[in-house]
Amino acid sequence: MAKRKSGKFRDRVELLDCLWAYQSKHGYIKDNHVKQCSEDFGISEVEIEGVISFYHFFMRQPGGKFTIYLNNSIVSEFKGFERIKQAFERETGASFGSVDPGRQFGLFETACIGLSDYEPAALINFHPFINLTTLKVKEIVSQLKKGKRPADICDDIPNNIRLQPPKEGAIFFRDYKPGSIVPLLSQMKPEAVIEEVKRSMLRGMGGALFPTGLKWASCAAEGEKKKYIVCNADEGEPGTFKDRVLMTSMPALLLEGMIIAGYAVGSDEGVIYLRAEYFWMKKQLEKTIKQFYKMGLLGTDITGIKGFNFDLRIQMGAGAYVCGEETALLNSMEGKRGEPRTKQFFPTEKGFLDKPTVVNNVETFCAAARVVELGSDHFLSIGTASSPGTKLLSVSGDCHKPGIYEVAWGTKVSRVLKEAEAENPNFVQVSGPSGSCISAKEFKRSIEKDDLPCGGSFMIFNDKRDILTIMKNYTNFFKEESCGFCTPCRAGNFIIQRKLEKIGKGLAYPSDYDDIREWGEVMKMTSRCGLGKAATNSLNQALEKFPKYFDGLVDHHKEGLNKEFDLESAVQEYEKFKS
Amino acid sequence: MAKKNSKEIVISIDGKKINTQEGKNLVKAAEENGIFIPSLCYYEHIDPPLGTCRVCTCTIDGYDGPACTQKVRDGMKVEVQTKKLRDTRSAIVEMMFSEGNHFCPGCEKSGDCDLQHMGYEMGVSRSRFPHLFKDRLIDFNPKRMVIEHNRCVKCHRCVEEVLTDDGKRVFSFANRGNQTEVAIDYEQEARLTDDQALNAMSICPTGAILVKGAVMTPLPFGDRKFDMTSEQKGFYEPSGKDSKKAAKKGKKKTIATISLAGCFGCHMSLLDIDLGLLDIIEVVEFNKSPLNDIKEFTKQCDIGLVEGGCCNSENVEVLQEFRKKCDILVSFGECAIWGGLPAMRNTIPLEECLEEAYLNGMTSEPGEYIVPYNRELPKILDKVYPNNEIVKVDYFIPGCPPDANHIWKVVQNLLFNEDYSVLYSEFKYD
Repeated sequence: MAKRKSGKFRDRVELLDCLWAYQSKHGYIKDNHVKQCSEDFGISEVEIEGVISFYHFFMRQPGGKFTIYLNNSIVSEFKGFERIKQAFERETGASFGSVDPGRQFGLFETACIGLSDYEPAALINFHPFINLTTLKVKEIVSQLKKGKRPADICDDIPNNIRLQPPKEGAIFFRDYKPGSIVPLLSQMKPEAVIEEVKRSMLRGMGGALFPTGLKWASCAAEGEKKKYIVCNADEGEPGTFKDRVLMTSMPALLLEGMIIAGYAVGSDEGVIYLRAEYFWMKKQLEKTIKQFYKMGLLGTDITGIKGFNFDLRIQMGAGAYVCGEETALLNSMEGKRGEPRTKQFFPTEKGFLDKPTVVNNVETFCAAARVVELGSDHFLSIGTASSPGTKLLSVSGDCHKPGIYEVAWGTKVSRVLKEAEAENPNFVQVSGPSGSCISAKEFKRSIEKDDLPCGGSFMIFNDKRDILTIMKNYTNFFKEESCGFCTPCRAGNFIIQRKLEKIGKGLAYPSDYDDIREWGEVMKMTSRCGLGKAATNSLNQALEKFPKYFDGLVDHHKEGLNKEFDLESAVQEYEKFKS
Repeated sequence: MAKKNSKEIVISIDGKKINTQEGKNLVKAAEENGIFIPSLCYYEHIDPPLGTCRVCTCTIDGYDGPACTQKVRDGMKVEVQTKKLRDTRSAIVEMMFSEGNHFCPGCEKSGDCDLQHMGYEMGVSRSRFPHLFKDRLIDFNPKRMVIEHNRCVKCHRCVEEVLTDDGKRVFSFANRGNQTEVAIDYEQEARLTDDQALNAMSICPTGAILVKGAVMTPLPFGDRKFDMTSEQKGFYEPSGKDSKKAAKKGKKKTIATISLAGCFGCHMSLLDIDLGLLDIIEVVEFNKSPLNDIKEFTKQCDIGLVEGGCCNSENVEVLQEFRKKCDILVSFGECAIWGGLPAMRNTIPLEECLEEAYLNGMTSEPGEYIVPYNRELPKILDKVYPNNEIVKVDYFIPGCPPDANHIWKVVQNLLFNEDYSVLYSEFKYD
């Protein structure tokens, strides 16, 4: 690498922050900013552009004084997305995907913003607006036109905790005094912490269910001096919002979990990778971090333990679902495109900046803190033998009580539906589009590792909801959110989407379903990371579980020698030239 | 890459024991022992390996994954040539053909192209996926290069490998999802030396990176890079049944042929059967066909050979008639299979195409600024359709044009149940 005359280049780790700084100040990233970044970081402009264009919240064109991102997830779609979209267009004079001529309003769609319990919802300059109606949109836009700032008129987001287990059965939502857990470490050796976490059988709550104790132990065993603790606060799986509630209701618990992890594995630096959709939480998190420094829970010689130092910072994401994949997240933290890495090492061996790194999500760190506080015995006394403890479910969709449900592992789907007051549920999407599609016949199944593992998303659909619409929404989501690195995921989702469109037009044959199954299998076998591997899960399950519905979408009489071809629509374009 | 003096180990590939060194890349270890694991993006010295194309997917100790990202370890069991793996690999290559806009006959790299080679190796005669026909740019802006985005398979090789002398990247992935493309830095590109630029062109597995003025000498069939390099001798090994008798016993079979949106090149190739045609006439008769100028079907035919896809309403009607009048329908040649060269217009709206051709083109006659439209004329379709999107097609013979022997072997097989082997050298796209 060439050195600049004036000295060293900036550290690439700062690239995302630097781009955010330009964008917040100027509304978008200008050509000269790209040039400046290229000079400052010592990398070519095309590489900077590559990073910018990977993240959908970075703008290279003016995004308007007020940039409005309306969520297009399936829950939003069923709660009136289209109506709200039109209302915004009507009120602002801009059309979606662009900015109005006066450069006041920019309208854009985005994937799930973690507010599924209050859909339709939107972010305006990254401030949340929930339960949108056409009237509310009108009011918001007129206020903004009058000069109000989005920060002043945005909604407070209530926590919406609907179900807590009885007092001793709770892990997360029970009495908590911020800063009360870390001091317990002075009574424990790092090995003892890991042992306790191992004993509790705590598993990664993001959905992969990797044993947390094992992860920490393998990181602790690495000989490197520098190690990192990374919190994955990029909950992007549509329908999930439990991390949002944890971070707004007890941010200190998350910090304690991370500090404990740092103590256990011998790391002195932690990073919270916060998705850009949660910009509005950043202030509170920073405040909590500051308080922790004041309380001596961060910094040096924490709670009097000699040589136990830990620093914590927040890294903002910039809009990319795939960054929830841990190696993609690490790349993103390093200021690169958020493409998952070639799986040669675990992050605990070579993670952030090639140093041993523990990556856990918000819920896992919170649970780990509780393990230290309550002890593994308490943990083991809740839930099932193979999945002890509790799980937070983000319940949304067709029910009267959307919100957060803390349930013991082993709780039946039907119980959750009852508590949520679901109306005529036809199926439940557990763990989001890449998870499982559960039909009414299976509502007796229980949420646990050995039956129905769950990352947190729990979307309920009633019998009026069109299944193909749901599947089209999912496929579109994966098509947009694929990182584009490997062929089967990049091209496969695109191809499947075209196929679903064809089915939607009534041009399908029974053989089209065989195609989807086979093509899905190819994607599953060959994709580079979980995104592509899981992208057709729900679709294949839906085909299997709702054969009658899908059978009704095809016309069996057309199967034969001649396939359906709509000559009239194929010549429509040419008919324009008829004089 | 394996370090020196690494441990000698034994792995098994498709049941065959192989001695190699621990930590070596699996693709490399296999290659050194004469086993070919098809791969596209793999480049020996890029570490960690890219793993973008997924063509080298194998079953390794029970798990499916790419061979190129695996290092060998003692006792490793690898399956390469199972039916499912072969089909999956083929699917990935087909996906690449469907995702990009690969018009081999018009490509500078044809005959020297890794993607084409993979197609030959897999015996891909058509893509199972519908072609996406996404509009992609051709970027002429760089000082020395032309970037043909239609042909890019996003292997990431150029991103990794093409650097300026001071270590700056010339290429980068841009965008995300199905919009992902390889972007080029004009400023850095201008700083490359001539050799570096030529190297960029040569490491590109397809014809996506071209250097202006660098002439690629087109070689005749038989001399091209991938014509003879394969281990494969042919496709569909014959079982040795004697078919001549079968042919003579039956009465003469009837063949119909037609050229739709094609160039008649496939029919020319048909005539290249040469003297063989005299034998053919003994066992078959031709019905509707440009070869004998019979315009209308006079009876039900055994087999129909269709050249070209459908670009207008007449093509559709004729094709539908062929489907009715022929028991077996065969698409022969690239245009019939997926649209071929006429489908180059598929990425551009019809209106723009017609306006360019009839209204704004340099050769438009003054005063005749009109797009022809008359009820006597066939109507132009919104895009060029492959035949199998309009009617059911039973068989596909690839090639532009298909080799004469290849065509005749397929027909013999279909009509007289004669076993055949299509030679590797007869199986062509270009």
